[in-house]
Amino acid sequence: MQMGKRPIAIVLALGLSTAFSTTAFAQDSDQLSIDGDTLVTETAAPDHLENLDTIYSGWRFRTDETQALQIDDFDNPAFVFIDKAMDSFNAAGPNGASCASCHEGGPEEFAGFTASMPKVMDGKLTTTEDFLNAHRADTQEAEPWKWSGGDMQGMVALLGLQSRGMPVNVAIDGDAAPYWEQGKEIYYTRYGQLELSCANCHEDNYGMMIRADHLSQGQINGFPTYRLKQAKLISRHNRFRGCIRDTRAHTFAEGSDEFRALELYVMSRSNGLSVETPAVRQ
Amino acid sequence: MRKLLSATALTLLATSAAAETAPGDVKFVDGAVAESLTGVPGDMANGRVLMNKGAGNCIACHAVGDLAELAFHGEVGPPLDGVSERWSEAELRGIVSNAKIMFPESVMPSFYKTTGFTRPGNAYTGKAAEGELAPLLTAQEVEDVVSYLMTLKYE
Repeated sequence: MQMGKRPIAIVLALGLSTAFSTTAFAQDSDQLSIDGDTLVTETAAPDHLENLDTIYSGWRFRTDETQALQIDDFDNPAFVFIDKAMDSFNAAGPNGASCASCHEGGPEEFAGFTASMPKVMDGKLTTTEDFLNAHRADTQEAEPWKWSGGDMQGMVALLGLQSRGMPVNVAIDGDAAPYWEQGKEIYYTRYGQLELSCANCHEDNYGMMIRADHLSQGQINGFPTYRLKQAKLISRHNRFRGCIRDTRAHTFAEGSDEFRALELYVMSRSNGLSVETPAVRQ
Repeated sequence: MRKLLSATALTLLATSAAAETAPGDVKFVDGAVAESLTGVPGDMANGRVLMNKGAGNCIACHAVGDLAELAFHGEVGPPLDGVSERWSEAELRGIVSNAKIMFPESVMPSFYKTTGFTRPGNAYTGKAAEGELAPLLTAQEVEDVVSYLMTLKYE
């Protein structure tokens, strides 16, 4: 049903481009290579995605200037925060233990970890933030980090970097299924006084301009993302919160069960794209 | 003289307030609204301003050639050039008030509706709405926008 809409939308964009210089086209055809490794920014949509044929990384919807910041780690502002997280990885907690005390191989031990997160652990849907705070309490007797704080998101990015280039592959079946269904329902619910769902913009209208914003598919394979507008690493839940707030809705909280479920569902829409953490966006 | 004028103005105001149709009382026929929401003619100049500003922000989704001096016209909705030749005033009033009556799947917000929302918020704070919601546009603002749209003809 939704498939039929795309060609019309693209024709509309082409038609408008003659009249307005601000008109953008859909995703561009640039290729994302970092240090000689080519990342997958376009691939066939996973089978569970009913309304899209092809999925695209948000990188493909950004300007050349923003794209350039992600193709060289020396230019990527996120690495300032990742360097700090590396210090934190080696720093002793209240009981003297550091991450490195157990993980002697360094963050590299987490290769592949982020590609399958979030996942059900011990019967509970667990994000990387949950995993880190549980570990901090159990092994370092440390206080939990704030969900979207710099310490937390720097460490989430450091772990994510270890999976960069690997395909996102979160499980949606088995004990993940009820969480995935919950997340899907949230994705298609039209919230707030503006009555907009995630799908209204990021599935039905990706590639279009909404005022000065070029709508992407809302893929989250590059999070935590360095957002130029906010000049820091942005968590997945913070972005969810911002989007729902902008529908004039009462949002869910960062770290809520609703956003955990939404994270699983949206991450499953990225299945097949490369982990891009840390991405750079506008 | 001055006294007389202000008394007249007050009478007019009172009349228009009484004539204003509340969001829940708007009569849609096939998605169109034949009667003015206020009985006061729309101010097309203010309608033109609302296309860009505040809760109107119509050009976030619709391109309008007459507003070419403004940057960043959206593409999510159809361009509005010639819109008065495609739709009647009653249809435009219905679409601006609540486009979903005519187009149930539309992503267009309902600008003159105050109930039936999922998790309505307190404007853009992210917090829960308190008390009754105000419509995105007042009744007169709807009339102002409609009167501006009625000026948009094909070149």
